[in-house]
Amino acid sequence: MKEKYRKTGLIFFPAFDWAISPTHPEREERLLYTQDQVFEEGLLDFDNIIEYKPGMATVDDINRIHICVPDAESVTTESHLISAGGAITAAEKVLDGEVDNAFALVRPPGHHAMTVVHGARGFCNINIEAIMIEHIRSKYGPKKVAIVDTDCHHGDGTQDIYWHDPNTLYISIHQDGRTLYPGSGFPNEFGGPNAIGTTINIPLPPRTSEEGFLYVLDHLIMPILEEFEPDLIINSAGQDNHYTDPITDMRFTAQGYAILNDRLSPDVAVLEGGYSVETALPYINVGIILAMAGIDYSQVTEPDYDPSSIRQSSEVTSYIEKEVDLIHSLWKNRNAEKAKVDRDTEFATRQKNIYYDTDGIQEEQKETVRLCNECGGLVFIDSRANYADRIFAVIVPGQSCPICRKKGEDLFESTDKKPYRHVYFQDRDRDIFLVK
Amino acid sequence: MILGIDVGGTHTDAVLIEDLDVKKTVKVLTNQENLIGTFQNVADEILREENIDDLERIVLSTTMSTNAIVQGNIDEVGMILASGPGLPPSILKINDHTHFLSGYVNHRGEKVAETDVTEVSEIKDRLTAAGIRHVGIVGKFSTRNPALETTIADMIQNDFTHLSFGHRMSGNLNFPRRIATTYLNAAIWNTYNTFVKEVLNFIGTIKSSVPLFILKADGGTSEIGQSAKYPVGTILSGPAASIMGILCLSHCREDAIAIDIGGTTTDIALFADGIPLLEPFGVTIEGHKTLTRGLRSRSLGVGGDSRVHYENGDISVGPERVGPAAAFGGPYPTPTDAMIVLGLTDIGDKRMAEAAVEKVAESTGASVTDTARQIFETACRSIADNVTAMIEEINNKPVYTIHEILEGKKIMPQVLYVVGGPAQPMAARIGELLHCHACIPDHAEVANAIGAALARTTTEITLLADTEKRTLTIVEEGIQQEISPQFTREEGLQICRDKLIERALKMGAREDEIEIEILEDQVFNMVRGYYTTGENIRLKAQIKPGLITEIAKETRQ
Repeated sequence: MKEKYRKTGLIFFPAFDWAISPTHPEREERLLYTQDQVFEEGLLDFDNIIEYKPGMATVDDINRIHICVPDAESVTTESHLISAGGAITAAEKVLDGEVDNAFALVRPPGHHAMTVVHGARGFCNINIEAIMIEHIRSKYGPKKVAIVDTDCHHGDGTQDIYWHDPNTLYISIHQDGRTLYPGSGFPNEFGGPNAIGTTINIPLPPRTSEEGFLYVLDHLIMPILEEFEPDLIINSAGQDNHYTDPITDMRFTAQGYAILNDRLSPDVAVLEGGYSVETALPYINVGIILAMAGIDYSQVTEPDYDPSSIRQSSEVTSYIEKEVDLIHSLWKNRNAEKAKVDRDTEFATRQKNIYYDTDGIQEEQKETVRLCNECGGLVFIDSRANYADRIFAVIVPGQSCPICRKKGEDLFESTDKKPYRHVYFQDRDRDIFLVK
Repeated sequence: MILGIDVGGTHTDAVLIEDLDVKKTVKVLTNQENLIGTFQNVADEILREENIDDLERIVLSTTMSTNAIVQGNIDEVGMILASGPGLPPSILKINDHTHFLSGYVNHRGEKVAETDVTEVSEIKDRLTAAGIRHVGIVGKFSTRNPALETTIADMIQNDFTHLSFGHRMSGNLNFPRRIATTYLNAAIWNTYNTFVKEVLNFIGTIKSSVPLFILKADGGTSEIGQSAKYPVGTILSGPAASIMGILCLSHCREDAIAIDIGGTTTDIALFADGIPLLEPFGVTIEGHKTLTRGLRSRSLGVGGDSRVHYENGDISVGPERVGPAAAFGGPYPTPTDAMIVLGLTDIGDKRMAEAAVEKVAESTGASVTDTARQIFETACRSIADNVTAMIEEINNKPVYTIHEILEGKKIMPQVLYVVGGPAQPMAARIGELLHCHACIPDHAEVANAIGAALARTTTEITLLADTEKRTLTIVEEGIQQEISPQFTREEGLQICRDKLIERALKMGAREDEIEIEILEDQVFNMVRGYYTTGENIRLKAQIKPGLITEIAKETRQ
């Protein structure tokens, strides 16, 4: 392989004293063997791999992107603040020019956490990538960001948060939602009316292997990224597509993850899921770190690696080829699709039923967006959890137009608090968060 | 009566300590060509007129191993590596006689690929054909299971003079460092063992029953015969002696900075609550990052004789030394010359110092005095900045638990100890810059020998128990045994303590000086599917660097 020496920041935070519950996949042991492998390979001794201590995200960082019910303190613990803080540290080191790229190897994960947070779902409380991105935008100014989510599960939280944002491209590649939690992430989920085409879902059939993943990367993701021209590429680096993962059914490998990372060249990678703690994570993480730092990763394989035994079937190959063609033409037609949106009405509404599997909460949500050609559009959300806890939130998007902002301010002002536990106002550009 | 001897790069110092007091000191020039001769001379000199029967122990700190490595006075080593998947051989190869063979132990210590007997035999033939006598055998994760290394050794041990094993170097993980450490150990094995034999012969002529110790890089002692098994532990003995000396002379109990300002370099060390800090993974020597336990220090190229640069009126100091200060006939202005001009010290020829500083003044356009002040300030600041950077580095050390993030101790030194030639003129200003009270301990001129004399025996032990696999490993001792699935952390701690004491006694420790510290104490539930299948218990204990006794406080001001 061609050596591309890069300075890589590593934020390693295994949280050896935190678990959802003693036998939960998200437990103390999760990154133990990864630590062993990273230490044994001596990766921290490379001059171009620099380890940083994670910072702690603040309540303000959370309130910039989430509406937490009743408040951010109640739905988070220190572990979440450090995990999100680790992601922020990673991005800051890149934007400050201290390193060329960075990997936040932190837990717990975050990509199932949506805009409104009543509790934990899919092991996630707060969305660590979204918190990182909005922190960066607030500190360093507007940025066009692409998130490539390579976790095996659809990142429905990140999709929800950026559904209306034309400046954030969210691409998720995951095991088909008909066969895996959370059951969403189909190609027709393609972004809100103001942001058509900046959500891209690529569901893959079970038992897809290296060949399939890399085909999607080369023939779909890379061309889309080239056209979108992001300022920053973020990789939500879930590691549960691995052939030994206990809760998924894919056939990806450590070598495949390293190649994917190398070709994608993300500015920041953030660990998401991945629960094959002993036979997958140690090797995948070493592969990703080496790939990011531009060090030869060609010998990084699982000890029992045998590509012929995990090769995908020809049916899977042709299915993926067809799907890539379909999604690519959707992407090509995105502007035409956007033009078709009915602009006679001012607002578009979607109803959501959200289940929080980790905490057992049922949420009903009505989300409304103002149809706007100038910005992502004013959003307001009426949400009720477990048929009781009801809130209302007004969200003025980043890079908002004056009309959406004015309308948002008026709406917050005029909304009667009485039926709600709280009414929230969030203005991302001005970093304002109000609660009544 | 204890005799401490520090065979340093320039001088060799000896000190006799009796009844908590420095009884006698001797300083001679080191003959680098004949270290053993230098050692004999200084020992003869200091012990003359002394009653040898009172001699309880002799402790030696020596540049022997360091010099062997720095000067390349080492043997050719054959390296046999079982690297498995991971970093490519091109990165791991350490010399022309490095050979890779199959066989792999994973992070759990499971042998997942066997050694190939034919491969081993081929490598053996190539090494013997090349005239190699010393061999290092290193496997990835051999600290988790040394079986692969010992299997290879069984096949070749009769064909070479000495074999060094990776797993015996340290219980810590880090394959590239294990390779480097094992390589160095094998490379200096012969030189060091010859030295030990000669020293023991000489001691035999004085008093053969007196125990002889050597100071290791971690500021602890080891009985010299024991040290001969792992010579790599004795590298950087000198800097360790200096730090232990300051510790002893300062009676330090708190967070403190220790700096040793020499002619060429300044060495910085830190104490946390009076304990010298160790390197997190191991010391670095001649570009080799090793797993050898060692005191943490930072060396910068600023000393009394550093060359002052003044291109375009910008003054900078070091990093090189080109002869002595101008006041002693050297070719370039130095910080020492500036201190002479400023009247901070009255050594050397003041007129020559002034003439040298004047050349700098011509370039800066300032007066000679102001220029001298600027040179002095630049040198002090450069040292102070490095101290600050080192403290920051330590306080920003990544930690892996929420508890440590929230509660982690930070080092906040209030005291600065300074030794070395320019200590007197520079200490106060550096102290000011660091907002620390500056002290110059008494007997600082023989600090190294005192540090060696009074250091206690140190060692470390790593215990891993895997109750799912039912194995217990203490790799430093080569122990691997079966345990019951009910084995507990408490049982582990007890074994850890017992084995540590055993090891320390073997290295020459006195029972009353053994103070155990648990460095690592972690238990992880291993869950497979949704059931707990066992516990992964990880313990590490050490005897930390410290002193066997103190120098009485009354002897210093």
